[in-house]
Amino acid sequence: MGTHTDINQQYEFSGKIKTWSLIAIVIGVVGVLYGFLIDPSDIAVQRTFSNLLLMSYYFACVCIAAVFFLSYQYLAQAGWSASLLRLPQAMAKVLPIAAVILVVVIVAGLFTTHEVVVDGVKEHAPYLYAHWATHGLTDPASANYDPIIAGKSGLLNIYTFLGLLLLFLIAYTVSGLKLVKFSNDEDERGGMFNYNKSFKVAAIFLLIFGFTFPVFAFDTIMSLDAHWFSTMFGWYNLAAMHVSGLAIIVLFLIYLRKKGYMQWVSQDHLHNLGQLMFGFSIFWTYVWFGQFFLIWYANLPEETVYFYKRWEPEYKFWFWLNLVLNFLAPLLLLMSRDAKRLTARLKITAIILIIGHWLDYYIMIMPGTMHYHEGHTPHLWEQFGIQEVSIAVGFGGLLIYLTLSALSKFKSLVPKKHPFLDESLHHHI
Amino acid sequence: MSKTKFILGLFDDPDDMMHGIEKLQKNSIPIYDVYSPMPVHGIEAKLGVKESRLGYAAFCFGCLGASVIFSIVYYTLVHDWPMDIGGKPNFPIPVFVPFTFEWTILFTAFGMTLTFFAATHLFPGRAPRVMDLRATDDRFIIAIDAKGNVPHEDINNLLKEAGAVEIKHNDRKYVSYE
Repeated sequence: MGTHTDINQQYEFSGKIKTWSLIAIVIGVVGVLYGFLIDPSDIAVQRTFSNLLLMSYYFACVCIAAVFFLSYQYLAQAGWSASLLRLPQAMAKVLPIAAVILVVVIVAGLFTTHEVVVDGVKEHAPYLYAHWATHGLTDPASANYDPIIAGKSGLLNIYTFLGLLLLFLIAYTVSGLKLVKFSNDEDERGGMFNYNKSFKVAAIFLLIFGFTFPVFAFDTIMSLDAHWFSTMFGWYNLAAMHVSGLAIIVLFLIYLRKKGYMQWVSQDHLHNLGQLMFGFSIFWTYVWFGQFFLIWYANLPEETVYFYKRWEPEYKFWFWLNLVLNFLAPLLLLMSRDAKRLTARLKITAIILIIGHWLDYYIMIMPGTMHYHEGHTPHLWEQFGIQEVSIAVGFGGLLIYLTLSALSKFKSLVPKKHPFLDESLHHHI
Repeated sequence: MSKTKFILGLFDDPDDMMHGIEKLQKNSIPIYDVYSPMPVHGIEAKLGVKESRLGYAAFCFGCLGASVIFSIVYYTLVHDWPMDIGGKPNFPIPVFVPFTFEWTILFTAFGMTLTFFAATHLFPGRAPRVMDLRATDDRFIIAIDAKGNVPHEDINNLLKEAGAVEIKHNDRKYVSYE
C-alpha cells in the first residue's frame, strides 16, 4: 500500500461545514415555519407542502441511490470502487431518517385538508394528492364522484398507498443498513464471509428495487396528477434519482479530498464516477424523450394533459431549461475523456445536475399541486421564492450534516478488509 | 557492420519488462516499440505514447452520421414529398430525433472501428505484422532499433540485467509479411 494511504484514517466532522450545514437546517426550518405560520393563506400552505414533498422525495431518492450504487458495486464484484464505499454507506445510514421525513410529509399533506371549489363543487381536499385522496371522489353518490379515479382506487387509496410506501422504504432501508453492517463486520473479522453475504443482499435488493422503484415513483409523484399515467415515469425517475445520487457522491468525494481525507480516491475513481454521471444523464434524456415522444405522437387527450400543463406560460421556460441543465450541460461538459478527469469540471457539472434534478422534480410536482387563479400568470418570486430556496437549502444542510456525521462514526474511511481493496487503491484507467 | 535490424528483449513477466524499459531509458537507448499479449497499466505514460486521437475521429463520424440522415429525411419528408401524418406539422422536430440518434451512433461505431483499422493496419484478410510471434502468447517484448549508435553488446547486457529470458537479433523487421 502506498505511503499516502492511511487506512485507519477517520473522518472528523467539525469546523465550517458543520456550522454551515446547521445554519442551512435552521434556514429550512424557518422557511417551513414561514410557509405555514407567517403567511397561512391557502396557496402558501399548498406551496410549502409541495416543496416539502419535493425535497423529502429528493432527499430519500439520493439516499436510495446510494444503496443502489452500493448494491450494483457488490453485485458486479467491482474492484475500483472498494476504497470509496464508505461514502455511499454513510448515505445509506441516512436513509432511515430520510424515509421517516418523507412519510411524515406525505401523511401530513394527506390528512391536512382545506376547502376548495372544483368545477363548482365544494370539497375538502388534502394539500397533497388531492386528485385522488379528496373525500367522495370514489363514491358514486357523491357530488364530486370521478369515475376515472374510482377505477384507480384499487391502488390509489390511502391504505394501499401508505402500505406500499412503508413497505418499499423499509425494504430499501433494511438492505442499505445490512450492507453497511456487513462491511463493518468485515473490518472486524476479515475473510470472504461478509462479502458473500453483501453479494446476496445486493442481489435481493436489486431484484426488489427494480420492480418496486417505478411503483414507488408512481405512488409518490405520478399520483399527484392522478388522471394521467405513463409507464415510462418509473424509469424516468430511476434515471433522475441515479444521476442526482451520483452527482452528490462526486461532490462529497471532491470535498473530502480537498480537506485531506480519502487521498486514495484518485482522478481515476472520479473519472469512473464521471462516466456514470455522463452515461446516466444520457439515459435520463432517453427516457424523458421516450415519454414525451410517444405522448406527442399519439396525441391522446388523457395523456397530453401532462405536457399541456407544463407548456402553460408559467412552466414552459423551466420545462425546456430542464433539458438544458440535465442533458446539454453534462453532454457538452463531460463528453471528452479529459473533461472527466478535471476536478473543477466535474464539480461544476455535479452542481448543475443537482440543481437540474431539483428543477426536474419541480416540473414533475408543481403543476399537479399548485393551482394559481384563473388567468393569473404567477410572478417569478411566486414560483421560486422564499419557500423553494429555504426548503431546498434546509434539506441540503440536513443531507450534509447527517451524511458527514454518519461518515465520522465509521472506524476507518476505507473498508479495510474488503477483498478488492488493493485493486481499488491501485485503480488506473 | 552487422546485418541486425532490430534487437528484441523477451520477458516472461510484465514487471520485469517495465523494469527493463526504465533501465533502457536511463541509459538513453531509444525504444522502438513494446509488444505485450495483454494490456499493461501505465505503460503508455512510461513510453511517452501520445494520447489516442480516436475520440476526435469518433466525434467527427458522429456529426457526419447526424447530418447525413438529417439531410436525407429532411429532403424526403419535408422538401420533396411533404405528407400529413396524424395532423403533425410538416417539419416535425421530435420525429427527427430517434433516427438522428441512431445514425449518430451507427456512424460513430463503424467510423471508429474503421479508423482504428486504418491507423493500425489491421484490415481483415491482411497478415498482421509481428516482430515475434510469442508477443501474442506469453512474452513481453521490447524492440530496439539496432541502427542506433549504441553498441549491441551494451543493449544485450542491459536487457539481461533487467531479466530478459531471451534476446534476439533480427535481420528482418517482421517475421510475417503479407
